[in-house]
Amino acid sequence: MFILDADFMQIAFATGAVVGVLAPAVGFFLVQRQMSLIGDGIGHAAFAGVAAGYLLDVSPVGAALVAATLAAVGVEWLRSRHRAAGDQALALIFYTGIAAGVVLVSAAGALNANLFSFLFGSILTVTWSDFTLVAILGAVGLGIIALLYRGLVAVALDEEGARVSGLPVGLLNVVLAALAGVTVAVSMRIVGILLIAALMVLPVIAAGRVGTSIRSTILLSMGIGLLSVTAGLTISYYGNLAPGGAIVLLAAAFALAAVGGAPLLNRTR
Amino acid sequence: MQLAVELDKVSFAYPGGPDVLEGVDLKIRRGEFVTIAGPNGGGKTTLLRVALGLEEPVSGTARLFGEPADRVRDRYRIGYLAQRTRLGIDAPATVGEVVTAGRVARRGLLKPFGREDREAIAEALSRVGLENQASTPIQRLSGGQQQRAYIAKALAGEPELLVLDEPTAGVDVDAQEAFGAFLGELHEALGVTILYVSHEFGAVERFVERVVLVRGGIVFDGPPAELPAHWHDPSHVHP
Repeated sequence: MFILDADFMQIAFATGAVVGVLAPAVGFFLVQRQMSLIGDGIGHAAFAGVAAGYLLDVSPVGAALVAATLAAVGVEWLRSRHRAAGDQALALIFYTGIAAGVVLVSAAGALNANLFSFLFGSILTVTWSDFTLVAILGAVGLGIIALLYRGLVAVALDEEGARVSGLPVGLLNVVLAALAGVTVAVSMRIVGILLIAALMVLPVIAAGRVGTSIRSTILLSMGIGLLSVTAGLTISYYGNLAPGGAIVLLAAAFALAAVGGAPLLNRTR
Repeated sequence: MQLAVELDKVSFAYPGGPDVLEGVDLKIRRGEFVTIAGPNGGGKTTLLRVALGLEEPVSGTARLFGEPADRVRDRYRIGYLAQRTRLGIDAPATVGEVVTAGRVARRGLLKPFGREDREAIAEALSRVGLENQASTPIQRLSGGQQQRAYIAKALAGEPELLVLDEPTAGVDVDAQEAFGAFLGELHEALGVTILYVSHEFGAVERFVERVVLVRGGIVFDGPPAELPAHWHDPSHVHP
């Protein structure tokens, strides 16, 4: 059977394409601000959101979207107000999220296979309505990045200089944090909560070793993200493997190849 | 007398800490080239942050261009070069992208760039001698060239006040000397107010009009030639 004959694979590829492009685009700015691990912390908050969704009998994706966005903005608030160092703010959100998730899941009696599909991704459970939500949020996310591109770059290159010259650095940071939250929430059905952060970071690491400008690095990282997702989904389909793991292992292979091959490439330039 | 920076009886302490600055009075006229010097921990960076409106004084007032420093309009009039360690030099950016980032505040966050902006960016690149390096990744430049690229970033906003915070830290002596001469030329050509904050200022000693020495307060404010009687900087070689 051809892979795209299956309706669920069409949905998985369509949804995965959005995720593969959006995650590195947002991740680039997080990596430049040395906040590569924020996606992990937000992912754990998203887990609490999924659990809350089961408990309250509302959409787990919608509840995760709210939880992830609030967590991301919370990390930024703690960091910017110097209430906690960046890694401490992340740790606070990280552990609170996972603990709240465990408590809520046990309260809802939802420790089942469906929950594992959120943790590790599943190509069988994504619906066309999931895709519609992902496509809308993905388009909005990419649109915001395009609109604020110059400001986000200015902050990534020199946050203090941007603040002195009057750019709304606090607002840009909150928008970026919210975008990270949205990215985690929309990606979790395909990649899984525990692995989504990798898709925000690994393609950026790979592209950063090869790209010669910010623009080319972002575009290349989006290409690597898209390739990782589509190839990972294909491997996952034929190998009957968890898609999140296959996608992230491919992204990691790209990153390792770029790290190893970059010195060779630089010598030929 | 038009003032770029004015501090009036400014005292500052971080929450729960001792006074970092006490009773500081400072006036910097528009067009002056001033270095704020002093030992590490003496309060010069704090003084700079208060002057720029990034920190609120415990008492006293800070004014920029005649307005309260924390509420000054059109902050793009300030060009700022942060300490090297705070810059995204490791980012995969071209020189052109770095310099373009310095124009965003003047144009406005959401407004598209026009011909005027592109000309200002080209002028800034030309001013620092990097006009042929716009598409070169900044990581491939020498330390001195990277510094010039970030100066061009500050100049791209056509600033009235150029602030440099420890600009020569981590740069070799020859590059420091060349940088000092470059700033002297820049000051003469543009007439821009320059505030040079550093614990060592030998590189710009021949070009600055005033040295302000900070040690919890201002302990010296005058021409560099008069400074040796007040303070000896071990890293400072008098010509």
